[in-house]
Amino acid sequence: MALAQMPAASPRVGLFVTCLVDLMRPSVGFAAIRLLENAGCRVEVPETQTCCGQPAYNSGDRRDTRDIARSVVAAFAGYDYVVVPSGSCAGMIHEHYPALFADEPETLAKAQDLARRTHELTSFLVDVMKVERVGAAYSGTVTYHDSCSGLRELKVKRQPRRLLASVSGLTLKELPGAEICCGFGGTFCVKYPDISERMATEKADDIKATGADTLLAGDMGCLMNMAGKLQRQGSGVRVRHVAEVLAGVTDTPPIGEPKA
Amino acid sequence: MQSTTRAFKANVRKAIVEPGLQKALGMMKTGFQVRRLAAVEKLPEFEQLRDQARDIKNHVLENLDFYLERFERKVTEAGGKVHWCRSAEEAREAILGICRGVGAKTVTKGKSMIAEEIALNDFLEEEGIEPIETDLGEYIIQLRGEPPSHIIAPAIHLNKTDVIDAFQKAHTHLDPNRPMEEPTALLEEARGVLRPKFLAADVGITGANFMIAETGSTIIVTNEGNGDLTQILPKAHVVLASLEKLVPTFEDAATILRLLARSATGQEFSVYTTVSTGPRRPDDLDGPAEFHVVLLDNGRSDILGTEFQDMLRCIRCSACLNHCPVYATVGGHAYGWVYPGPMGAVLTPTLIGIEESGHLPNASTFCGRCESVCPMRIPLPKMMRHWREREFERHLSPPSVRAGLAFWAWFAKRPRLYRLATGLAARLLGLFGRAHGRYGWLPLASGWTRGREFPAPEGQTFMSQWRKRSRA
Repeated sequence: MALAQMPAASPRVGLFVTCLVDLMRPSVGFAAIRLLENAGCRVEVPETQTCCGQPAYNSGDRRDTRDIARSVVAAFAGYDYVVVPSGSCAGMIHEHYPALFADEPETLAKAQDLARRTHELTSFLVDVMKVERVGAAYSGTVTYHDSCSGLRELKVKRQPRRLLASVSGLTLKELPGAEICCGFGGTFCVKYPDISERMATEKADDIKATGADTLLAGDMGCLMNMAGKLQRQGSGVRVRHVAEVLAGVTDTPPIGEPKA
Repeated sequence: MQSTTRAFKANVRKAIVEPGLQKALGMMKTGFQVRRLAAVEKLPEFEQLRDQARDIKNHVLENLDFYLERFERKVTEAGGKVHWCRSAEEAREAILGICRGVGAKTVTKGKSMIAEEIALNDFLEEEGIEPIETDLGEYIIQLRGEPPSHIIAPAIHLNKTDVIDAFQKAHTHLDPNRPMEEPTALLEEARGVLRPKFLAADVGITGANFMIAETGSTIIVTNEGNGDLTQILPKAHVVLASLEKLVPTFEDAATILRLLARSATGQEFSVYTTVSTGPRRPDDLDGPAEFHVVLLDNGRSDILGTEFQDMLRCIRCSACLNHCPVYATVGGHAYGWVYPGPMGAVLTPTLIGIEESGHLPNASTFCGRCESVCPMRIPLPKMMRHWREREFERHLSPPSVRAGLAFWAWFAKRPRLYRLATGLAARLLGLFGRAHGRYGWLPLASGWTRGREFPAPEGQTFMSQWRKRSRA
């Protein structure tokens, strides 16, 4: 490995919490922090972050997107790395921010710099921090859904599986069609609910057919969609963000379940 | 063809409860995907070919005027004629003129999406000329009076019983009690009915997968051989093609052909790859006396130099449709015009306007599977997003969406107020949802809760908990 690629002994990491984790499921954020700290990172959470801007970007509102992106670029300046517990938000920063500022050289350079430093959580742990094992335990059979943006924009596929393989007591049963969209699609799920809901049904059927008792994925949007559909169907499959299991933070109820 | 894309949502609601359609879609989904993947995995240089193919078409699009003129010169040298048509109307008139010139009463047709684009069949019928589709799938849907639902498998939305019904109704000269359960019986029957039509036709119309500038040749790929009979037997052969089908050389066509069938059906090559160069020469055994190329623009040149130019690389393989989860859910007819799926979502607005077809580029989750399988590396999601940008700039997106977005963006740009608002929302939704952990119904989110539960938030936002911990 080239010296330049070696992570600093104790890199300073800015956590991009994501709006859905912030609002819906803070435990994913704390799980991410635990994983990062266990890997030797110093984690900070910039206070001015809100959202990556995808809702505006994918609705064609470029001006608001640029405004939001500019503030993210500023909030995360100076960190060695920026880590995101979501392939979709990480993909937004990594793939799309630079394209937003093609006509603004100064911001473009900063956006490109941020893009280079930004990683999805599991790929950061495996590819950058060279984590091979997490010291967690989870008893059960889990199946894993590959969220689209992480998979296709950032090539997140083997990294979560590699880490899950080190969780004691956990059996991974692969999900047929794991690379097919669950139907969430951000604003798509409310703009075209009929299609979205039908796609979620197919996904839920595939999940149930695996016989797994737990569904994991790396993106809150997809997880809420799949959990919502499974629960509407009366399925008992537990749904969690992969970070929760990897960090061993599973004392909170699964997504959409009441406190015991 | 009259578009129903404005009624996309209604089309969708109809499509998802149609058992026949859903059964047919369920069957097609895996077939195309598995076969494509197997074909791709057997060709180590596939990814490299994609780059080459992209570069070939980009080069053509940058030099389109040069290659078009060269193509016309070569067609003329071979004894053919090129008809330049700016619009669908001009193309229809050109074809009518050719038909009138040979006194045509019947016209056979190979599969052509451009013919659908210019609504050729309806027009010819109005002019007293009988068009006969000779591709089996096209023939079936012609009997049923409906448009194709897929760009290479036009009758993919149908099941065998639909075909039996259509044949029973149309082929009244045959024994009504004939056995029709075996697919081969249906094939034989169609062949028997079509054979005399091939011989009777005065004009044969085909599309083109490629137009080759260096020789003035055109190429079609088919699996049934109907294209050959269509173009060889009649007095005149009309090639109906849009201008972006151009490639500089045979070798370029060969490069792209290696991608085409693999991406489409998973075949290494289609059963027939047929090259046409000019009319019958004196020492040819057969062939048409006249060779015409009706070259259609229909708005395509308007997108040269725009953010949509890459779409003109499309070779109509249908890989994007075959891998699209939205197409797999609603089928092709729901899209409401000629071109469905991701390629249709980008192309349709350029041809009939974004005002008419605004739903199409919006009805995508941006899952990116289309782009990942596109042999020509067309960034389909990116271009759908560009259409959304044009809509947004022109205030065409629904007012409710705009209002919701403006409300959210106002907060997202003001972190302190955003914290207050999200903190309140999380606490309220967390509190009321605590007993069940989720909501079966939520105001303003009925689209979600009609078919799904909405999980209750944990209660306090991450940021508020983090701040407390940091202070502690």
